[in-house]
Amino acid sequence: MAEMTLIEGLRQGMDEELERDERVYILGEDVGPRGGVFRATQGLYEKHGEDRVVDSPLAELTIVGIGIGTALYGMRPICEIQFADFIFPAFNQIVSEAARMCYRSGGEWTVPMVIRAPYGGGIGGGLYHSQSIEAFFAHVPGLKVVVPSTPYDAKGLLKSSVRDPNPVLFLEPKKGYRLIRGEVPEDEEVLVPIGPARMSREGSDLSVFAYGMMHQYCLEAAERVAQEGIDVELVDLRTLKPVDRETILGSVAKTGKALIVHEDNLTGGYGAEIAAILAEEAFADLDAPVRRLAGPDVPAMPYSHPLQDWFMPDADKITESIRELAAY
Amino acid sequence: MTTEVIMPQLGESVVEGTVTKWLRNQDDQIEEYEPLVEINTDKVDTEVPSPATGTILKLFVGEGETVKAGTLLAVIGEPGEEIPEAPPADREDGGAKAAPPVEREHQPSPAVSTAPSTPKATREDIGFISPVVARVAAEHKVDLNQVTGTGSGGRITKKDVLAYVEGGQATAPWEEPASGELFRPTEEVFGKVLPAAAEQRTGAQAGNVLPLDAVRTQIAEHMVRSKHTSPHVTTLMEVDLGRVIAHRKAHKESFGREGVNLTLTAYFVAASVEALKEVPVVNSSFSEEGIVLHKAANVGVAVSLGEDGLIVPVVKNAEQLSLQAIARSVNDLAERARSHKLILDEVQDGTFTITNHGISGSLLATPIINQPQCAILGVGVLQKRPVVIEGMSPSGEPEDSLAIRPMAYLTLTFDHRIIDGAIADQFLGIVVQRLQSWA
Repeated sequence: MAEMTLIEGLRQGMDEELERDERVYILGEDVGPRGGVFRATQGLYEKHGEDRVVDSPLAELTIVGIGIGTALYGMRPICEIQFADFIFPAFNQIVSEAARMCYRSGGEWTVPMVIRAPYGGGIGGGLYHSQSIEAFFAHVPGLKVVVPSTPYDAKGLLKSSVRDPNPVLFLEPKKGYRLIRGEVPEDEEVLVPIGPARMSREGSDLSVFAYGMMHQYCLEAAERVAQEGIDVELVDLRTLKPVDRETILGSVAKTGKALIVHEDNLTGGYGAEIAAILAEEAFADLDAPVRRLAGPDVPAMPYSHPLQDWFMPDADKITESIRELAAY
Repeated sequence: MTTEVIMPQLGESVVEGTVTKWLRNQDDQIEEYEPLVEINTDKVDTEVPSPATGTILKLFVGEGETVKAGTLLAVIGEPGEEIPEAPPADREDGGAKAAPPVEREHQPSPAVSTAPSTPKATREDIGFISPVVARVAAEHKVDLNQVTGTGSGGRITKKDVLAYVEGGQATAPWEEPASGELFRPTEEVFGKVLPAAAEQRTGAQAGNVLPLDAVRTQIAEHMVRSKHTSPHVTTLMEVDLGRVIAHRKAHKESFGREGVNLTLTAYFVAASVEALKEVPVVNSSFSEEGIVLHKAANVGVAVSLGEDGLIVPVVKNAEQLSLQAIARSVNDLAERARSHKLILDEVQDGTFTITNHGISGSLLATPIINQPQCAILGVGVLQKRPVVIEGMSPSGEPEDSLAIRPMAYLTLTFDHRIIDGAIADQFLGIVVQRLQSWA
């Protein structure tokens, strides 16, 4: 067992998959000798060679387009989008091409591609380095969307994503790259299935659903309110699409109260889908309205630090929301 | 256009009534102000006139049914008109201007708080019922009015209803029975030897079951509640009624000419009134804010209605009445009580009660306090008894002798929250002294 950061979990996952399957390769900006701007691919170019870890032009559409093309030919690309904020030039490729390919070809052609992208704010990134994008893509049938919150899941889910025959959008909480630490076994293969959520903390008073950096803050908030006698059940969603309805509904059946936390803008954010599922399928179990704590409906996360802090949900805001919901 | 006939609110804190008799039938023609239905509240029957002229389109509540004030009883209109849907019999919003306590007796003082150990009064507003609470309540047939809410604003939460289902009411800690011999349920102390009263069924073969009428139900409710509310203590004194009897004999005829039948009851009322004046704390009611002293001495006199139960008409402002006026009032009230002609006002607002159990031969009894009063005087049977008269011999030596005197036992049952034995005895002593010195 070793303790490592979330980004180390990612790096190890990619290293092992490159090792295991020669069809796997990485394509992205600065992934090669540079080792990635966050050092996610550090050492991989040296170890696996320039044919396996490929520097791309500054052209996200091209990165994804090439990824799709090579995948159709039988390769297993891991495409990196340097910041999720830059993914939009590739939107058409992802939605109209990658996601539709299997359906459109009656299963004859598939795109077993992983698109990795660091997302989220709180790192002073401002407008173009802080966005959350999961809502746009969780909406698209034919695409899987995965967000790890722990080093173990980062490694395990990335490996599973590479092996998945579907296009997988793999979103990495960049603020947690080095802030989130955890135990990862060294002597066994770490594989985490795409789909099932993880019961991060069992409780009885209310259910909190979160992912990414928010999961970390929710954990802090849960410990805090435990002192006040509020027993929080925290579910780390892990896979946003296809979401683990069973765990979500089971949790709310137990507690009767639900709080969904994400840093993305509130309106039309991913939390709305969970809230709708609960309203539709857990109606008779609800003891309180379903609540969402999310980023404000503001066009971008501010660069100014105080305003950035205002934008981001944090342990304090989450604690307050939990207290209100518990008291209802 | 149809006219709705609703259960009237016949007193400030009256929240329900029983339909004792429909005086007209469905489909009858009726004129405005014609008597339509008889309602019973507080053991008094009141006639309710029709609010409109027309045809009685539909009767919603049957004879013998008890419903909340404001409940739709009937609809009057033209034949063929659409009858509005009757909401469930317990319509909560009907003109009930009552203060939350469900005391049937009208209290002379503002809302007396219900003691925690009494059965929970109906909640006027149970607040928002969430889907899961509604589901659990339906599954377990829970009356949500009985559930304490601990959620925001007193909302019944999922935990509250589950707690209620799992082990009785979720009560506040101070409402939980304390531990200790005094507070353990009898079943626990005595084991299965004494089964819980509610479950008690005698092994003997059951005979007829007499249905409970409105009066019986009310008496039962009141007596249980009274015992749960007040710690009852009874003190006993005997009284020599010789002078009272002599006075009565001397004045009976002259009173009779005034149309007043002078009974011993009038003397008991008068003597009680004097004692109430001298010991005003007995003319009171207990409240959490303090002991409320009443200005008027409204003395109730219990009247037996035989198999129909008992009722307590009240002589209002007795402190302002002469013996004759008291006697007149007592006669009138008793007569109308027996013929079921009392009006609601005459059985409300009592501050003290006298019950003459001696009439039926009882020597001594310990009556139950008529809530929310402080005490009740019980008068035993008039019995000639040998008593010792303290006297002096002609030579000045103390010498006792025996005499046969008309005696009676007086019991005062009092609420020990309000007064203690010494005060109670002081009060009763004054009653005895007044009666024994009547001139």
